[in-house]
Formats: sequence, C-alpha cells, structure tokens
Amino acid sequence: MGKIEWAMWANEQALASGLILLTGGIVGVAGQFRGWQFAAYAVAAGVFVCLLEYPRSKRAKGTSVERTGQYCFTVCVKAFGPLTRNYYVRAFLHAAICVPGGFMLATVLGCVCLGIASLIYLAAAIRGEHWEPILPRKEIRKPVGESIKNPPQNPPPRPPPEMRRKQAGDLEKSAYDNPMSVTDDE
Amino acid sequence: MANCIVNYGFSSFILFVWMAINIFLFVWFYFFYDLGPQFFYTRHILGSALAWARAPAAVLNFNCMLILLPVCRNLLSLLRGSFVRCSRTMRKQLDKNLTFHKLVAYMIALMTAVHTIAHLFNLERYNNSRQGVYDELSTALSDLADTENTTYLNPIRITNLIPTYFGFTSIAGLTGVVITLALILIITSSMEVIRRSYFEVFWYTHHLFIIFFAGLVFHGAGFLSTWMYVIGPMVIYICERLVRFTHISPAATSTLFIVMRPSKVLELQLIKNGFKMEVGQYVFVNCPAISQLEWHPFTMTSAPEEDFFSIHIRSAGDWTDKLIDIMKKVPEGAEGPKLGVDGPFGTASEDVFDYEVSMLIGAGIGVTPFASILKSIWYKFKDSDPKLRTRKIYFYWLCRETHAFEWFADLLQVLEKEMEERGMGDFLTYKLYLTGWDQSHATHVMVHFDKDTDVVTGLKQKTHYGRPIWDKEFEQVRKENPTSIVGTFLCGPEALGKVLEKKCAKYSDVDPRKTRFYFNKENF
Repeated sequence: MGKIEWAMWANEQALASGLILLTGGIVGVAGQFRGWQFAAYAVAAGVFVCLLEYPRSKRAKGTSVERTGQYCFTVCVKAFGPLTRNYYVRAFLHAAICVPGGFMLATVLGCVCLGIASLIYLAAAIRGEHWEPILPRKEIRKPVGESIKNPPQNPPPRPPPEMRRKQAGDLEKSAYDNPMSVTDDE
Repeated sequence: MANCIVNYGFSSFILFVWMAINIFLFVWFYFFYDLGPQFFYTRHILGSALAWARAPAAVLNFNCMLILLPVCRNLLSLLRGSFVRCSRTMRKQLDKNLTFHKLVAYMIALMTAVHTIAHLFNLERYNNSRQGVYDELSTALSDLADTENTTYLNPIRITNLIPTYFGFTSIAGLTGVVITLALILIITSSMEVIRRSYFEVFWYTHHLFIIFFAGLVFHGAGFLSTWMYVIGPMVIYICERLVRFTHISPAATSTLFIVMRPSKVLELQLIKNGFKMEVGQYVFVNCPAISQLEWHPFTMTSAPEEDFFSIHIRSAGDWTDKLIDIMKKVPEGAEGPKLGVDGPFGTASEDVFDYEVSMLIGAGIGVTPFASILKSIWYKFKDSDPKLRTRKIYFYWLCRETHAFEWFADLLQVLEKEMEERGMGDFLTYKLYLTGWDQSHATHVMVHFDKDTDVVTGLKQKTHYGRPIWDKEFEQVRKENPTSIVGTFLCGPEALGKVLEKKCAKYSDVDPRKTRFYFNKENF
C-alpha cells in the first residue's frame, strides 16, 4: 500500500467522528442525561473538529477534490500555520479532545471514532505527510513578446523607382527575378 | 416526461417497492411496540423511545439482508443467464447493483443512527428508573426480579452503575458498539475520494463487514431474530467467496503471451480449462506473487471465438504497477508468474448484438469491452453468423493521447480492410476523438491535410479533435434509422454517462414504431 496518503482517510474519519460526537452531545444535553456536562463539551468539541477537518488538504500527487464551499474554512485553517499543517499536532489534538467523550455513553462512540482518526493521522505524520491548503490557481498569462510593441518604422527596402516602373515594351528587363522560390513545387 | 418512463421506469418501480417495504416495516413495528399491551409497563419506563428503537431495528434487519445480495456477482451472472429470454429491462436492472448496494448502505447508516439514539434514551431511562429517580411505579417495576413468579422488566439489575458500564457489559450493548464502529469505518473508507484513489484501503476495510454480520447476529438475538433475516444472504455470499477460492486456483490458468503496449498498457493472453466467455465480460484477476488477497476486475478484450482470452491492463495504482513491473522482467518465451482468474462475469455489453442498431462509446481505457465486441463482429462476419441481429454499429472512441491508439489501431485497420473487401463499408461507422490535442497536433494535421489516411492512426477514417457534439450525433443516428431501437453503451466517466442518458431520453420517441434509445452503462 505504498502510495496511500493516509491523511485522506484520517480526514474522512475525523469529520465523521466530529459529526458523531456532535450528535451524541446534542442527545445527551437534550435528554438531560446523567453527566450531561460531558455532552455539552462534546457538542463544542464536535463543532470544533468539524470546522478543523472540513477543508480537505491538497494531495501530494494527483488531483485534489474540494468539498463544497470549503474555501473560507481553508483560509481560517491556514491562518494557524504550523499548528494545523503538522499532522503530529493534529493526532495529539484529536487524542486529547476525544478523552472526555469517553465518560458518557452517548458520546463514547464519537470518542472511539476520533481516537481511531487520531491514530491514522499519527500514521500519516510518521510518513511525512502534511496539510496543504487548496487555493484557486492564478492564471499566469504568458508575457507577450517585446517586439509586438515596436512595429517596424520603415518600409522594406526596394530597388530605386526607375527599375520599379514596368517597361511595357521590354519584357525581359521588367521581369523581376525572385531570389527565393515562391511556388510550392519544390 | 414520457421519455423518462421509457428509460427510467423499471428502476423507479424497484426503488418504490423497496422504499414502500421500508416504510411499512417501520410503521408496523412502531405501532406494534407503541400500542401493544404486552409492552405497557415497559413503555411506562421508557416512553416512546422503545418503539423508536425497535422500528429501525426491523428496517435494519430487512436492509442487512439485502445488502449482501447485489455484490454476489456469480449469483447475478446466473440470474442474467436465466433472463436471456426475458425482456431487456429485467437485465438492465442487474447492472445497477452497485448503486442499489450503496442506497441500502445509506439506509442502514440512517437507521443505525435513529436506533442508537433511541437506545441511548432507553438506557438512560432504565438506569434512572432503577435508581429511583422517576415515580414510584417505575421504581417498583424495576425492582421486579427473576424469581419463580416473576421475570424482570428492567434489564439493569444493579442499582449503582452508569449507562456506559451497562452498555459495554451486556451482549447487546457491546455488540452494538462494535458493529456500529465497524460500520463507521466501512463508510468512511468507502467515500468516493478514498475508493477511487486507494482501492486497497477501501477493499480491506470493507472486509470489516464480516465483524459487522457476526456481531449483528448476536446483537439481534432474541428480540427480532436477526439471524433469520441474514442467514440466507450470508450463506449465499460465503458460497460466492468459496467459488472464488476453489475453482479459480492459480494452477488452472496459464499465460500464453505477454505483450507490453505503449502508454504503460500490458496485454496478457491467457488460457484456462473450461473457460467460456461472451463479449464484453470481465474477470477478476489475482496474482499471489503480489498479494494473496487482492482480486482486481478487468474487462476482457478478446472475442469468444478465439481460443485464448486476453486482458489489457493499464497502470493505475499499486497492484497494476507491480504487475507490469513483474511482467516486464519475464524473459522471452518464459511462463511468467501464476495468476488466478475468477469469472467471467457478465455486464451490459452482452446485449449489444440484440439491438438492431448500437451506439458504442468508449472513453480511454473504457474502450476495452468494445474491443471485444468489434473483434467478435469480425469473426461473426467471417463465419456469416445468422445470429447476428445487428445491422449497424456506431462506434465512438474518445481518447486523450495518441499513444493509446496504437494497440487498437491494428484491430481497426484489419476491420476496415475486411469491410471494404466484403462491400459492407456502412456496417460499422466509427469516429475517433482526440480530446487532448494542442497546437502542435493542429499544425501537424494542417500540413498533412490532403493525405488519404489519418496522420495519427493510419486509418481511412479521420480523427476528430475535441469532444463530440452529441446532439448532432444522435440526430444523425435517428435520421439514418427512423424506425429502430438503438442501444447505447458507454464505458467511461460518470459525467459522460449523465450526458448520454439525457440525450437518450431526449431523442427517444414514445411511439414504439419510431426510433428509441436505450442507455446501458458499465461501471467498476
């Protein structure tokens, strides 16, 4: 499995975990379960994870497919520089975030899923992957050649007027010999 | 609207029936648990969460039964074989197997979510009742224990535990968490991005379904007897995999020829005892030297009339790259590594000779099923096969770069010559489209404009540049065949499939005496 970018799968898994954590948290708070404080935390953690994981990274090889409307998220995530770029940071961050989820049944699934995502991110980091923002490509127009701005000032050289006037009687002398062939027979 | 019915009618019907069964199961079981008198006291403790948990469970049973069936390819091939005398529409349904598999998977995911949330409420309420948080009746009911005269109502017997503990120590709870986890991993690795780029991750993680089904049987034991629903498809699927492992051992296949083609395409010609194929079918290939467990699908490019079968493999990932590497290093005339072959499995291309008129569209390497068809035509011509119902074939090949033409150009040249000799020049109309042209191509073509044969392929038929204008093509086909049924076959990208589907619908006439276009799509 040499060519896999583990971060891609880690990203999908983390996004799914964020949603599951969020859902579990909402259920815990809405149902006023025992330990609902953990559920409230899970709501916040879930939203945070979703926001962090929504923008996809640019792939090292191959075409990257953006998620709909991810540009604003990309800009935000990019602003944190090395914190979001490095996958070791992400792996430990997810591992830390998921722990409080384990204290309540409603959020335990989100906790385990996020833990798995953290492990996959760790694998990605060990393989040297990092997060690259997908930014719209700026079209680079080829610079137009300089000579187009300076058209020739003078007409091409011609023989003197006496020779140019066609001698009606003298066909031989008025014929013009081309230095190069202008037919396409050759 | 009428065109929609012609093209999509049967699919919609199947989907409607499936959805209707789902809704019926949900509603029926919901009211069974919400109104049934035997659950009166349980409902006192749990409220409507009981019904909300049991109704999706029923839907889950039904869908888990269905999910294995669309991927039993041998079974599907068997069904296709037995439908030979049935109408076209029945067989087209079987092509949409993967779409159906995904739809059932989404339903399973949705119902799992509802089921889990409802059970979270259930556990919380059971636990609270046990600890006397609610009214006296709930506490009294929860106190009922397993004695001679009574059985317990509340499954939580101990008064001082937390729901998480119960969740992980009961069989239903533990299996529930495990299989939901397996389901989540399966789904995240099946996302289109992962599946298209890293097939191995998708394929290996998908095998977590074994854990899913094993856990499911234990999870649903007793309540809804899940095993009764899923045992049938599980047995069928196990047979399916056994078939792969036993009768397709690598010893049975031998490699006849290994040919390296340009554009990193490898052609393998293989022989296998008792192997019978039809046009456009595909096989699964396994190379134990690379990986014991991986089976990859490839369409066959040879015709059934030949005494070997061939596949063209393009470099498109880890496994194919390694295979091409190994094959390159095999010295002249030597045997090459052992390969296991499972199949053949049939897809839409088998139908191509049933249509009076066929439009074949292949994009890039997607031309492979049609290579098989064109070769078969050539053989049928030579033998003047009366079973050939087709009167006319329109072939469109879209390709990005010129190199990829070479291995196919031979075939087209032979066909061109053959048809001219027999005076059947208008049987096959083919148009080649070079979609990746640039300025140097255009210049080259301009310079050689007057030559008789095409400068790129050496064929009489000139290469077109850019993409085809489908409206014009469909108009032309309709004009030339005013009363026929035209089968349209595509092997290529989704986007093109959608375009063609729309065009088929647009140019089809509801009147059965006029031209009608049927759309068939291959996908892997």
